[in-house]
Amino acid sequence: MNDTQNKMRRRTFIKGLVSSAGVTLAGCADSDLPTYGNILRMGDLLSYKTHRMLLPEQSLAREYDYSDISAVPAIGTTNPGNPNRAYFNPQQGPVYERLQRDAFANWRLTVEGSVARPGTFSLADLKRMPPKTQITRHTCEEGWSAIAQWTGTPLRAVLETCGVQPNARFVQFYTYDAIADGIDMRDALHPQTILAYGMNGRDLPIGHGAPLRVRVENQLGYKSVKFLRRIVVTDEFDDLGKAGLIQNGWSWYAGI
Amino acid sequence: MSEASAPPITGESSARPAGHRRWVRISHWIIVFSFLTLGFSGVFILAAHPRLYWGEVGNDLVPALLEIPLSNNHRPEGFEQMVSFTDVSNTAVSADRTYEIFNQNGWGRSLHFLAAWFLVIAGMFYVLTGVFSGHVKRNLLPRARELAPASLWQDIKSHFRPQSGMAVGGPPYGLVQRISYAGVAFVALPLMFITGLTMSPAVTATLPVLLDVFGGYQSARTIHFFCFSALVLFLVVHVAMVIVTGFRRQLRAMTLGS
Repeated sequence: MNDTQNKMRRRTFIKGLVSSAGVTLAGCADSDLPTYGNILRMGDLLSYKTHRMLLPEQSLAREYDYSDISAVPAIGTTNPGNPNRAYFNPQQGPVYERLQRDAFANWRLTVEGSVARPGTFSLADLKRMPPKTQITRHTCEEGWSAIAQWTGTPLRAVLETCGVQPNARFVQFYTYDAIADGIDMRDALHPQTILAYGMNGRDLPIGHGAPLRVRVENQLGYKSVKFLRRIVVTDEFDDLGKAGLIQNGWSWYAGI
Repeated sequence: MSEASAPPITGESSARPAGHRRWVRISHWIIVFSFLTLGFSGVFILAAHPRLYWGEVGNDLVPALLEIPLSNNHRPEGFEQMVSFTDVSNTAVSADRTYEIFNQNGWGRSLHFLAAWFLVIAGMFYVLTGVFSGHVKRNLLPRARELAPASLWQDIKSHFRPQSGMAVGGPPYGLVQRISYAGVAFVALPLMFITGLTMSPAVTATLPVLLDVFGGYQSARTIHFFCFSALVLFLVVHVAMVIVTGFRRQLRAMTLGS
């Protein structure tokens, strides 16, 4: 590569950095994520944009050996059917309680939104699709970590079955507790992003999100939402109101 | 004081009055405010899980290397009975937490990373300008012949009987001063940055070598903490020396320049 090319590259790189900083500081309307004029959210957006610009799309989180599997605490919601805990959802909690009684035989995952063929999936439907098993590190924002083996269906395969529309950009997860969250299409199509129904060779325990949770291995644990019931593909960013992270004062992007 | 504080050398620095240059003053204060913000938010982040470990794994169900009494978040009795995963080794257990912890990581983490942006940009500006202007070579790096144990000991001793007005408020610096400034700029702060990156799941997906260098996610977190402790020790001694050598004059030198 000659000197001019080098300079051009450097210039494009610097331009990218500057424009991403500009977008962040101005809280500009054409950016993907809202900042609500909050300086903390502007910092989150700057980190998100920088990660997306500098880190290659195909990077895989480290996978470990079977012997590395460790103790794993279950935190946050450990049973959506328990009305005495934080994040209890008065509409969905009792539904979860009923589904749990017959081992989730009547549980269905709904996939809708910006897809050609909206549909519902039973656990058996998901288990019929080619499974992916991975031993990865769960890294909690609190500061602890654990290694476990997860088995599930790649989210990409489910989205391809439903036919994602070309202008779709986000995938939102709705659950049986009072939490909802979403990821961008790049993370949704990542080969390690799976809808996990198995943990350490068994069915996913209730404390860890039975019957189905998402695993987003390139972000912190709180993005791997538990107790899934509904997936909505959207063209626009949705902060999910009081159920979402941003209105609760948390960073939507947690790759850092 | 013989070799311990070498006289100013070469044309450029002898031609200008004593004091700190503007780029040093600007980056110094940006680094100060971002470091204090990082320390403040960092203490809150640590309080959410004030246990340190070595390796990749560490959580409430495994023993800690060190527990710091910052919060009451580690309550083994607050977990339901441990359940073993049947077909894996007996260390693979799970237990449900039944209590709410102290957790301010929502704003804590976002503030930490926002301040880190300022520190990284000001730090890179300082290091690059310092290297290319010759400031680092001229004023910070100790010369090999000064590093004899006797002269080092001599300079350390002199710090215990300081006199007001003995420091000029800018280079030339004493031997211990050079070693500690260079250590902060080229060892401690870069190590904070790199161990911080090693805690990012997205960064280690691209650069898994970072996990190997530090021995795992939890090791990087532990090194991050001890490196912070060393920087706090530096800050305490640094501010103490500023006070005993003339607080107002030193402060003026680092803000107005002389």
